[in-house]
Amino acid sequence: MSFFHVRHENIYLVGVTKVNANAGLVFEFLYKVVNLGRSYFGRFDEEAVKNNFTLIYELLDEICDFGFPQNTESETLKLFITTEGVKSEKNSKDEGSKIAIQATGAVAWRRPDIKYRKNEAFIDVIESVNLLMSAKGTVLRADVSGSILMRAYLSGMPECKFGLNDRVLLEKEGKIGSSPAGRKAPGAVELDDCQFHQCVKLASFDSNRTINFIPPDGEFELMKYRTTENINLPFRVHAVANEVSKTTVEFKVAVRSQFASKVYAQNVVIKIPVPTNTSGAKIVVTAGRAKYVGSENCLVWKIARFQGQAEYLFSAEAELTSTTVKKAWSRPPISMDFQVLMFTASGLMVRFLKIFEKSNYPSVKWVRYMTKAGTYQIRF
Amino acid sequence: MAARAQKFFSTTKKGENFELKAELNSEYKEKRKEAVKKVIANMTIGKDVSSLFADVVKNMQTEDLELKKLVYLYLINYARTQPELVILAVNTFVKDTDDVNPLIRALAIRTMGLLRVERIVDYLLEPLKKGLRDEDPYVRKTAALCVAKLFDLSPAIAMDNGLVAIVQEMLSDRNPMVIANAVAALAEISGASVKKDVFVVNNTILTKLLAAINECTEWGQICILNSLATYRPNDAREAREIVERVMPRLQHANASVVMNAVKVLMVYLNYVNDEDTTKQIIRKLAPPLVTLLSSEPELQYVALRNINLILQKRPDVLNQEMRVFFTKYNDPPYVKYEKLEVIIKLASDKNVDQVLSELKEYANEVDVDFVRKSVRAIGRCAVKIDSAAEKCINVLLDLIKTKVNYVVQEAIIVIKDIFRKYPQRYEGIIPALCENLDTLDEPEAKASLIWIIGEYADRIENADELLEHFLEGFKDENALVQLQLVSAAVKLFLKKPGSAQEIVQRVLNMATQQNDNPDIRDRAYIYWRLLSSNPQAAKAVVLAEKPPIEADTATVSESLLDELIQNIATLASVYHKSPSLLGGTAVDVSAVRGETTLEMDAEEPEVDARSVAQQVNAAVGGGIENLLDLDFGGPITTATPTSGGAGLTPQKSNIDDLLGLMDSGPGPSTPPYGTPTASGGFGGFNFGSSLGGGSGPSFSFPKTSLLTSADAQGLELQGTFSRKNGQPYLELTFGNRSGAPMSDFAIQFNVNSFGVAPAAALQVPSPLGPGATVDVSLPLNTSGGVQRMEPVNLLQIAVKNNVGVYYFSISIPIHVLFGNDGGAGAFGSRWGDFALSSQQFTIQGLGGVQDLAGKLRRNGVVVAQQPNPTTFQVTAQTINGEFVVAELNISSGSGVAVTAKAKNADLIPLFQQSLEGILRS
Repeated sequence: MSFFHVRHENIYLVGVTKVNANAGLVFEFLYKVVNLGRSYFGRFDEEAVKNNFTLIYELLDEICDFGFPQNTESETLKLFITTEGVKSEKNSKDEGSKIAIQATGAVAWRRPDIKYRKNEAFIDVIESVNLLMSAKGTVLRADVSGSILMRAYLSGMPECKFGLNDRVLLEKEGKIGSSPAGRKAPGAVELDDCQFHQCVKLASFDSNRTINFIPPDGEFELMKYRTTENINLPFRVHAVANEVSKTTVEFKVAVRSQFASKVYAQNVVIKIPVPTNTSGAKIVVTAGRAKYVGSENCLVWKIARFQGQAEYLFSAEAELTSTTVKKAWSRPPISMDFQVLMFTASGLMVRFLKIFEKSNYPSVKWVRYMTKAGTYQIRF
Repeated sequence: MAARAQKFFSTTKKGENFELKAELNSEYKEKRKEAVKKVIANMTIGKDVSSLFADVVKNMQTEDLELKKLVYLYLINYARTQPELVILAVNTFVKDTDDVNPLIRALAIRTMGLLRVERIVDYLLEPLKKGLRDEDPYVRKTAALCVAKLFDLSPAIAMDNGLVAIVQEMLSDRNPMVIANAVAALAEISGASVKKDVFVVNNTILTKLLAAINECTEWGQICILNSLATYRPNDAREAREIVERVMPRLQHANASVVMNAVKVLMVYLNYVNDEDTTKQIIRKLAPPLVTLLSSEPELQYVALRNINLILQKRPDVLNQEMRVFFTKYNDPPYVKYEKLEVIIKLASDKNVDQVLSELKEYANEVDVDFVRKSVRAIGRCAVKIDSAAEKCINVLLDLIKTKVNYVVQEAIIVIKDIFRKYPQRYEGIIPALCENLDTLDEPEAKASLIWIIGEYADRIENADELLEHFLEGFKDENALVQLQLVSAAVKLFLKKPGSAQEIVQRVLNMATQQNDNPDIRDRAYIYWRLLSSNPQAAKAVVLAEKPPIEADTATVSESLLDELIQNIATLASVYHKSPSLLGGTAVDVSAVRGETTLEMDAEEPEVDARSVAQQVNAAVGGGIENLLDLDFGGPITTATPTSGGAGLTPQKSNIDDLLGLMDSGPGPSTPPYGTPTASGGFGGFNFGSSLGGGSGPSFSFPKTSLLTSADAQGLELQGTFSRKNGQPYLELTFGNRSGAPMSDFAIQFNVNSFGVAPAAALQVPSPLGPGATVDVSLPLNTSGGVQRMEPVNLLQIAVKNNVGVYYFSISIPIHVLFGNDGGAGAFGSRWGDFALSSQQFTIQGLGGVQDLAGKLRRNGVVVAQQPNPTTFQVTAQTINGEFVVAELNISSGSGVAVTAKAKNADLIPLFQQSLEGILRS
């Protein structure tokens, strides 16, 4: 007997099997249940489970039959499993058939009869930049995992064609010539790998790199991608810590923003770890505010707005209580958190989004970019 | 809603079931629904509400779908406790399966399948059959799975009523999701059935599956990928086609789809045989594997465990991607540990600097377990990569300087391994180790340091003082430490007899007289006796050269690895255990074998025996695959004429075969082949013709000298191998060149690749007088111990007489191990199996080949087919089931061009050697 569990909020979701089950599938399914729960109840926790237990039974019955996951698309499920419980009573033959077709069809994620007065599509490109830098300032690991979220408010069955400044595609189209694309120029981005929502026609991406799809209604994650080439690190950190005596450690940290000066970062938080026996610290900063947070063993430096091409300094002196155990301080890395709007660390840009629909309606498209910190760590 | 539902859990009044009963029978619909909800709530938290069965079931007949579902839920839970009451519900179910709304039809079928009460099976059959052919795909896909449920409950009913057959037809459905569920159901049934022939992917089905994979849901894609992983493509071209269709799945957002696509590609790598495609697949595999590391931690863990296997199979897949496996500070521990394993797997002399600086960094973290594993990893790198050993030692020394207790201890433990691997190279660091004597408090670390002191006692000036330090607390030490102390003291004494006399006396005293642990006492006594009776022998025993240690980077054995690759993403691949140990199997390897059954012209018993043998083999962990293979297909099929061409009449070939058996007289071993009815008519004739000189003895290489009188104290030994009546013999000539008679001859074989061992005791006339020579023929069998040798056919043999024991090695020609039936019936399928290794060679200068078939047959090589006068298709099979198939082409009268294939590539050169000898004989 094997048990699989994942934890979400204060609930555990457990899968049980007696056979050599597909472990990857089970975990992926459990996370899918979490997503469904969030999509249905907003927050998926003990309260939500208690308050909606009949609905959850109904959902589980529908998404998993005899241990085989079935349709888990919340869009479709919401058609016939509702929090109201009223709609289901009126299921006539026609509606039932329609739902059934929908739940098994080739476009299982979209209802055919959606109508909007104003057809709009919003695209958010959100990148998490991960960095691990050594004390000497060499980049040990830097990568970007990006995700493109789409909110589609489009009528009918729109066919979308989506284009990025993906190097392979541009080369194919002959858009970039012999000169190698510079990293900041409107050049091309080399994607190491990308993954798509199930609405994207993978075969056509594989053959000619075009991203074609019929979107689900509302919000969904169109694609995820990963890149390690030519990453524009938004911040550089230079840090020194000196254990000047048994009771004092000196810190000097300089943070420099490397993006264009008209762009700015917000909610910048820099956490500088201190030895566990720290009793307090004297801190001087040139911007933002900083204080010693004992519960985290950190000096936390917050800067609400960090302009591009700027540099701020931090110096501190931590006082230690003398301890009897002489154990070397392990010096965990400095970690950073931030959000930079209208900036992508990978240099990725959306080139176009074309929408084709039978009725040929006009549509409005919006694109936003944001880069935030994934695990952004600097050793010192 | 929230407030309303809350109270379902909070009622604790007495007689609750009584109240519920009343409510369930209320005249108001709403009240009844509320009551059912309360019942379900009670059921959920484990209260027994089975007594309300009849009252709940009354509410089943309703227009309200939600209420209906709740009642169904209740039924699923309690049907098995109240089987006789379930019948009450059956009518409503059957009625629902005729509802106009497809959702209700499907719901009824789905629920009935889950009741698991045999009694309702009869009622289920008809609606289920109808459901399988329903116009609505939603009903069909639900019904398909219901057949699997029914099979689980009662296999006979599911098979006998043709339900499974209908599901098989559904593989051609219009709707991709129906196809996916049909695949799921059939795979499930096939896995649970004995014959495993329920779900066989053939060409037509393959096309359907490949088309459906583009359109069905992510879960359906996984089902289909799973079945593709068990399919065996007919040729490399087909394999490439499938690979091309599967490749796009690597881009799917669902990590599980990606992992299963990886599985298919890993399996198909065995089938594509051109370099370009292989390279292309491997190149495409890397990015998605890396991307899996950015999924949720549990999925990362599954991925990492699989990456570990993939790297063992294909070490080059991720060699550019070392950095992504560097751990993040906030990774959960289980992910960190697995990343560490992968880092060690990927470490090579090119990236070792990077690896070491990373591992050193980890050694400074807070998680003690992780730190220890990291330190150990540094040692493993040193053992794995020769050129990096020095760097690793330096890193370890740096770590020892940190004085962090557990780091120091772990470092000392791994340094011991490095000393084992590279003796006499780094003893310069011993003083640095000894400085930390006082900080050691863990038995393993202490034992390691003591071992080092003992091993290098002659290089350490104050070795006696150091040991003395440990001796003070001898009585309170852990057994591990005590054992090492005893050994180290003896080593010290042997290396520096003068200064250590007192120490060794004391240690042995304490270990024998003041110790209760039998292991320690025994070891001490043995040392004591050795030292007092024969110090020279003690030296040979205690200071003997130690067998080298190997890097422990292979996670699983080769045979298990192939099985696990077939099961990537499943639990088996996470546990690194054979799927057969996990109870029922999701993707059973035997299901794959089931397919080969059909390809092999329905020789079912053979295949079964093979898979059994393979499992046994895997359990034994034998050196050469398939050692225990029993081929039952042979005896009958060999006698069956396979080709009428080239003047060989069927009758003739029949005779030929029988002659082969009769060659050396019909011994007691023949009956299984020549039952009276089968051979009666020909018996006398065959025998006569054999006497008439139609067949000679089998071919043997000339005897070679195995022992000369110089190296065996007067014993001279020559020998070769022969086959008589299909049995291998070792032919030996013993010569006594010494002045005294010899007696008490005996022979023993070391374990070898084929398990060859004497079948009888060695019969040498004893005594063998001075100057006498005697020929001895020793029958052999393959019942001995198995261990892979290099070269494969090497035998190590010991011969003993009253003077001494002598060792020699000899290569056994493969043909003496050939059984009489070469598995001719299986020739076609074997020849077509492109998973076999194939090799071509030419045997020149034969000067005309006469009686080729006869020569081959006498040496256990069976001519299976002869498509034209100059082409012979032959097959041979060793007694333990290794086979070789070959095509011989007599090109110009003087040479023979041969194409040979075997599962085990090592056999081909041996076959070539034997064949050459046979043809020249």
